[in-house]
Amino acid sequence: MSLKTFSRGGVHPPEYKLSSGKPIIELPPPEVAVIPISQHLGAPAKVVVERGQEVKVGQLIAVAEGFVSTNVHSSVSGKVMKIDQFTDSSGYRKMAVQIQVEGDEWIETIDRSDDLVRSSVLPAEVIRKKILEAGIVGMGGATFPSHVKLTVPKGKTPEYLVINGVECEPYLTADHTLMMNRTEEIFSGIQLLMKGLGVDRAIVGIENNKPDAIEKMNQVVRGSNVTVQGLKVKYPQGGEKQLVQALLKREVPSGGLPIDVGVVVFNVGTALATYEAVMKNRPLIDRMVTVTGKELKDPSNFRVRIGTPVSMLIEKAGGLPGNTAKVINGGPMMGKALSTLDVPVVKGSSGILLISEGESRRKEVKPCIRCTKCVTVCPMGLEPYLLMSLSEKGLFERMEHEKVMDCIECGSCSYTCPSSRPLLDYIRLGKAEVGKIMRARKAV
Amino acid sequence: MNKFIVSPSPHIHTEQSIPKLMYGVIISLLPALAVSVWYFGIGMIITTTVSVASAILFEYLIQRYMLRVKPTHLDGSALLTGLLLAFCLPANIPFWMVMIGALAAVGIGKLTFGGLGNNIFNPALVGRVFLFISFPVAMTAWPEPGQWMHYTDAVTGATPLGLMKEGLATRTVGEIMPEVPSYLYLLMGKTMGSAGEVSALALLIGMLYMMYRKIISWHIPITILGTVFIFTGILWLANPDRFADPLFHLLTGGLMLGAIYMATDYVTSPMTGRGMIIYGVGIGIVTVLIRTFGAYPEGVQFAILIFNGFTPLINKFVKPKRFGKEVRNG
Repeated sequence: MSLKTFSRGGVHPPEYKLSSGKPIIELPPPEVAVIPISQHLGAPAKVVVERGQEVKVGQLIAVAEGFVSTNVHSSVSGKVMKIDQFTDSSGYRKMAVQIQVEGDEWIETIDRSDDLVRSSVLPAEVIRKKILEAGIVGMGGATFPSHVKLTVPKGKTPEYLVINGVECEPYLTADHTLMMNRTEEIFSGIQLLMKGLGVDRAIVGIENNKPDAIEKMNQVVRGSNVTVQGLKVKYPQGGEKQLVQALLKREVPSGGLPIDVGVVVFNVGTALATYEAVMKNRPLIDRMVTVTGKELKDPSNFRVRIGTPVSMLIEKAGGLPGNTAKVINGGPMMGKALSTLDVPVVKGSSGILLISEGESRRKEVKPCIRCTKCVTVCPMGLEPYLLMSLSEKGLFERMEHEKVMDCIECGSCSYTCPSSRPLLDYIRLGKAEVGKIMRARKAV
Repeated sequence: MNKFIVSPSPHIHTEQSIPKLMYGVIISLLPALAVSVWYFGIGMIITTTVSVASAILFEYLIQRYMLRVKPTHLDGSALLTGLLLAFCLPANIPFWMVMIGALAAVGIGKLTFGGLGNNIFNPALVGRVFLFISFPVAMTAWPEPGQWMHYTDAVTGATPLGLMKEGLATRTVGEIMPEVPSYLYLLMGKTMGSAGEVSALALLIGMLYMMYRKIISWHIPITILGTVFIFTGILWLANPDRFADPLFHLLTGGLMLGAIYMATDYVTSPMTGRGMIIYGVGIGIVTVLIRTFGAYPEGVQFAILIFNGFTPLINKFVKPKRFGKEVRNG
């Protein structure tokens, strides 16, 4: 099989897939769960439970407000203690429902058995409705509500469903573990997504550092119109635009979405969640989280209830190593650093990565020597050195002209800079300012 | 309670650094240095030592006492400038001239513009041209290879390019060629010329090493060498009595040293592959024009400095290919 990859830029950070090949460990519910009502992109959901109310696992606790929004369910059974502001992984205080856990009682409609239910004759509208009802969002971390992606805008025609099994972030193994252990279910979910979208072709993209997953997925999809494509290892291949280009040689236009070139992309985790929602009536109440780090005793792949505190995950993986200086929610290239361990796992949490004191500190910033490495690695064809210098000088209109809004914030430029320049920090600042300028222009 | 470092992504960084890149270039220069010491002996050792030490010392003194900034003399860049300056001087040049050249390179070429990263022109070439204009006799007296123990008292002669330029006034290429060292000698470096430029082979090995280590890309050196080859090839085919063959042009003078080490200087060369190709073609054409139609036998130093000056313009107009076409009313 020939391997494909995207054509422009990219870097090869060391992989450190420490938890690779380890089984899925199902964690018990926490003692207290904190479930934010905004775990997705778009409007926060509206709380529909009251303080003191008894809830069961899978019960709706907040309902979608508007089209770009989604439902939130209780991941535990017990009593609602508080509906208040809690610190979430962004470091800000956001509205959440706090539940004191009692037992583990599920609502009756959920099929908790492991029996595989093959795809049936459900019409597309029913699939989309069930996905919204189950509160499914993009599980790769972007957390865009999935029913919105399945609703194709007028004038656009989807041709391909692309399934993202790339997992190009170093350390993370959640998607790999799912592909190895829940292969049939993922395949069924892919077929449901194809039907919901109205396409008859799907491609699963998997990087070649997971040959076992490529082989296993290939066995399952044999004879169907789903194909599996191996990809050369290169970061950021899991970026939507890069993945579509790698698989189909189609470039998503600047400012556009994959649907503009006839493609819709979902993560393998989303395919599994779709299967469980549609065939098992199971809303999105838990997810795979890789807990990892070089110093951690037992890097693991946990299946965790939404709302479980991060501190509990680390305890279950052998406890916090003494020299931990940074805790990252996500991977090392795009994840966000946490200020406290007392934040809940949410629908978009793909990994918890612990970094030691020595690796956490940034190196001294040196002058730009125009080595061209940032330009060479930028997957979007931008000039990070120039954008940083424009940002430092406050020349935001020129940054817009230089296409700063195309930046996907993959961090390849900052990663590769031999002078340790904080390129992406300044580009983010510029993006925020350019965003303000663009909104002001629209408002006039 | 634990206190954690909170900073934006990415949270991991490459092991690459300015000193590592600079020392990578310096390692790639070792074969050429060895060849130069082999042919020019004590002269090359003195010139190189004085040049490197002066470049580092002047960088330190200027930064410490004139600019009053934290000295960066040990980041490898001053060492590299000193080494490259020594490479493009005759090995028998008096040491005090070398010191003046190093002062011009580091002081005028680099620190006047704001130090590493801000200079427009290649510092080593600035130093060389400064000496070339100030001391034209010393800068065009080339020691014959093989005089181990001779420094300023070495027997000198003309470079192959000099022989060609002078000879063409009265004779044809065919009549001059017997006086030029064989192409094998030119490849090995047994010829007259600047100390580090003589062996095309050693410099090509250095180029392959730098490409393998991803310190430089192919764009600049290959484009310059290719342009010179094609342009001189056309001239040679048109009139082989009047113009030397392309291989002669590739193997002689400072072309290899210039194309591989001077033109590829990060700071003074363009930022995109396409920009580098424009820059390389320009350097190649101007080099050949000076060599074949100009007053000087060699032109690569001026060609590079001219296109150093064009680099900001090239960067302004030659952009990398952006991902995805524009959508209207997006």
